[in-house]
Amino acid sequence: MSEFNLDTSSFKLNPRYQFQWEEAQQCHVLLYPEGLIKLSDSATEILQRCQQPTTTATLIDELNNAFPGAEGLANDVMEFLADAQQQVWIVQASN
Amino acid sequence: MKRTTSHIPMWLLAELTFACPVQCSYCSNPLELSASRKNELSTEEWIRVMRQARKLGAVQLGFSGGEPLVRTDLEELVVEAKSLGYYINLITSSIGLTAEKITTLKEAGLGHIQISFQGSNRESNKLLGGTDSFDHKVAMTKEVIKQELALGLNFVLHRQNLHQVEEFLTMAQSVGAEFVELANCQYYGWGLHNREHLLPSQEQLIDAERVTNEFREKYKGDMEIFFVAPDYYDDRPKKCSNGWGTTFMTVNPEGEVLPCQAAKVIPGLEFPNVRAHDLNDIWHNSDLFNRFRGTDWMTEPCKSCPEKEIDLGGCRCQALMLTGDATNADPVCSLSPHHDEVLRITKKAQRPYQEEDTQKLVFRNPGNSKKITAKKPELTE
Repeated sequence: MSEFNLDTSSFKLNPRYQFQWEEAQQCHVLLYPEGLIKLSDSATEILQRCQQPTTTATLIDELNNAFPGAEGLANDVMEFLADAQQQVWIVQASN
Repeated sequence: MKRTTSHIPMWLLAELTFACPVQCSYCSNPLELSASRKNELSTEEWIRVMRQARKLGAVQLGFSGGEPLVRTDLEELVVEAKSLGYYINLITSSIGLTAEKITTLKEAGLGHIQISFQGSNRESNKLLGGTDSFDHKVAMTKEVIKQELALGLNFVLHRQNLHQVEEFLTMAQSVGAEFVELANCQYYGWGLHNREHLLPSQEQLIDAERVTNEFREKYKGDMEIFFVAPDYYDDRPKKCSNGWGTTFMTVNPEGEVLPCQAAKVIPGLEFPNVRAHDLNDIWHNSDLFNRFRGTDWMTEPCKSCPEKEIDLGGCRCQALMLTGDATNADPVCSLSPHHDEVLRITKKAQRPYQEEDTQKLVFRNPGNSKKITAKKPELTE
């Protein structure tokens, strides 16, 4: 498994996952071999910004702009990214 | 349109053809093999099916068969499926696959290839699958990994090869496979016909699971291994396809729609055809999909069982094959009055593996199909 530093590396959605809106589920999903993960609204906001290479700092900036005044946003994002890295939903972007 | 269920058929299994270069004795296809391919759905018909299923909410698509690579329009179907928003799985023996074809299919939008192995080495793979294809399977496995497409290896287990689990996992690990499924075969179609020589002993299973656990421990994080035990050894049955008419829709090569791949063995059911009906109508309104949906159809002991929502009475085909009535409890359940039949069958399987028994397997090919169906075999022993 590729380990990378979430604070210093740029990363992107793992190309092996298919990220899309599902009308029947009324939510965004991640598709992978023989399976599906339903995403919460906040997970969707983060992952749709990972379709191109990005960094933790950029993401937090973008989300702060999109949701001004959201409390504890930076912590929530970092927590989600750590989990997403563990699940290999995101991978290091080649430099 | 009347909506009878809130369930979404998340999975569409498209059995593109019954034609197959491999002759697996455990195949779940019917014993009557269609001699000709002229009645197969056309490209346009498959595209219509995929579009209708997608509208119903299907999101996982499996191209299987037979051998789906036999279809010359596979790439076209993958392109279309991708544009509809499916995640696309190809379930293949890898016979007919080339490095170029992997590239083309990946570019067309294929997400995942599952390659099946019949034996863990050249000789045994040839003996059990009827094709000299082991080296090709390994080469294609490496090629799929090299081209960074999601890969699953599937080793179908039974009495004649359970002792090969270690050799198989060693090969899988050496080529860098990340997902391996060790699935004991099920006893439908050809598998039922060959059950006596496929059902393993408990000792064989325990050995294979021990080896599997050793590999899991040793290669944690690098190789994920699923082990699917034959349910004849459980005391509770498995749900049919995650629940009849809840998740899966199988469309067979000639357009019949099935709640599970084996359902054709159940007499008295009519299988609606996509040539005559819309999938939405079939899913919601057909007698077939409503026949064993939910729990209303149940008889005792299922009807009043506190566990009825957990397994939904188990497999309808197994109930039919082992008790003669598809509305009975799956006799794998220890609460079934027919559970003795399962015990009798598993008891007979507690003999040691004997290499020469492999010769007694009846392979899935047109010649054997003709011989068997002419004789009208007795389904239960």
